[in-house]
Amino acid sequence: MATEFSFPDTAAVAEFETEKMSLSMGPSHPSTHGVLRLQLELDGEVVTKCDPVIGYLHRGDEKIAENMTYNQFVPYTDRLDYLAPLANNMAYAIAVEKLAKLEVPARCQAIRVLTAEMARISAHLLGLGAFGIDTGAWTVFMYAFTEREKLYKLFEELTGARFTTSYSRIGGLQRDVPEGWTGRVDAFCDQFLPILEEILALLTRNKIFMDRTVGVGTISKADAIAYGLTGPNLRGSGVGLDLRKDKPYSGYEQYEFDIPVGTKGDSYDRYLVRGEEMRQSVRIIKQVIAKFPGGPWYATDAKKIFAPSKDKILTSMEELIQNFMLVTEGPQMPPGEVYFEAENPKGALGFYVVSKGGGVPWRLKIRAPSFCNLSILPKVCVGNMVSDVVAILGSLDFVMGECDR
Amino acid sequence: MSATVAVTTALQEKFPQVTPRASLDHEAVNVPAGEILAVLQFLRDDQAYDMLVDVTAIDWAEGVSPRFTVVYHLFSTTHHGYIRVAANCPDDEAPAVASICGLWAAANWHERETYDMFGIKFEGHPDLRRILMWDEYPHFPLRKDFPLAGIETPLPDADVVAETGTKAIAAPMVGGPFVAAPGEINLTEAEPRAKDESWNEGREKPTQR
Repeated sequence: MATEFSFPDTAAVAEFETEKMSLSMGPSHPSTHGVLRLQLELDGEVVTKCDPVIGYLHRGDEKIAENMTYNQFVPYTDRLDYLAPLANNMAYAIAVEKLAKLEVPARCQAIRVLTAEMARISAHLLGLGAFGIDTGAWTVFMYAFTEREKLYKLFEELTGARFTTSYSRIGGLQRDVPEGWTGRVDAFCDQFLPILEEILALLTRNKIFMDRTVGVGTISKADAIAYGLTGPNLRGSGVGLDLRKDKPYSGYEQYEFDIPVGTKGDSYDRYLVRGEEMRQSVRIIKQVIAKFPGGPWYATDAKKIFAPSKDKILTSMEELIQNFMLVTEGPQMPPGEVYFEAENPKGALGFYVVSKGGGVPWRLKIRAPSFCNLSILPKVCVGNMVSDVVAILGSLDFVMGECDR
Repeated sequence: MSATVAVTTALQEKFPQVTPRASLDHEAVNVPAGEILAVLQFLRDDQAYDMLVDVTAIDWAEGVSPRFTVVYHLFSTTHHGYIRVAANCPDDEAPAVASICGLWAAANWHERETYDMFGIKFEGHPDLRRILMWDEYPHFPLRKDFPLAGIETPLPDADVVAETGTKAIAAPMVGGPFVAAPGEINLTEAEPRAKDESWNEGREKPTQR
């Protein structure tokens, strides 16, 4: 008659229990966007443990900063988030200017906002393109890179470099904008908006893309705050926090823009937030150009911080000495400490500067958004398939140059 | 400004040992190392500083006491204020403070990095491994007694070492952006040059083959 089964049969379960597999993903893996390594423990295809191994790109930027003058460090900030060097330049310059209690003129602020927003578009385009590739959509990448190329042309015209711009100086900029440049930025924005719609239309209602991202890698509001997430990853989880609005710097308070916020906190929401942020960046750029202020583009009253103009150096003894002192001893800072965070494409990039006076920082700590954003991986990857890990990494949109410093 | 002043007063009422810290921007306080956990919990639960944005340390150089200061930066997602909390490590030789991983999950990686760079032990940290340097690395790079060029160190992988005999060497400083000791080397020779510029007044042009 009926046989009695006891379930679960512990003996049978023990017999069929599978061995956990360990998988090392990266550091050279196309979906790890650089040199991130994930030490995964798998049960079949489900991740049961994830241990990120970082530091492959560690160059000791903070140690280097302690050994050079404030202006000499500007090129190193290019190499933090190397997809948005202009935004990094600006964040660093503002942090050191806060230390010196120096206000830069309106024109300088406007140029910085303009370039930072262009950098945001460029960084989000790459993030989107790479995310597309991670989830099997090649075309997005091609579209995104065509647009990025146009931005790079504008960057090159402005700074002389496509990639590593080193545009900010303490107390000002490397140079003023070239003749007619803002008009060309405006023209770029006009032709970019319809193309952006086209790019987003490739993904937003794409069945394959939605299957790969909706409900994958969900981060709750509480977790996002506890792990110190910032930028689009935080806003994707429904926290409407944006330093441009909440702690306005460089004149962001004069521009109108909206903060997109996600509802579920999954990979798809983070994608939507980035898409909308690009539209908002275009809005800001248009406003900056519409009321582009005149006047000086560097702090004219900061003799010991900003270098005098070249023609003065070549003709006047006073300015020659001033320039010599600036180059050899660095911009002179008072003793003290400041912490400044700017809303960069990846999140809040913070600089904690400790000065004992003089032209060299005693300690410069870089608070990298990618570092904090990646620290949630051990939590968010567990329980997902290996292929979902790829989608989650793409949606977090990190840069290892910044994470490892 | 009034809101931030209230924070310090509220803190001092609850923790009489807390003192204001000189700062050029945000509200800042000095806290004895033993009270750091309680103070940060108070700030998180009662003063709405619900986000830990940064943990780091400062090395005030060898021979200075206290030598290490651990610095925390908190941010509020509701009233959008920052606060800086600093605690001096009581022991200069074996610096240690309590871990705050129980308060914020974000502290995990920040404390690992601070340990990695300064050798400050965070007591009660669930997983205090190095994070940027490899696990076997013997030095703490951001201490002031660590030279900029680095220190020669064996590589972590025994197989690689056995096969190649390489190690992590101190960086050559000459020709870099940092000032080299004068008279140490002829800079004309140290600078990288294109092949056809390798000759000058002091050295003859190499004969063409």
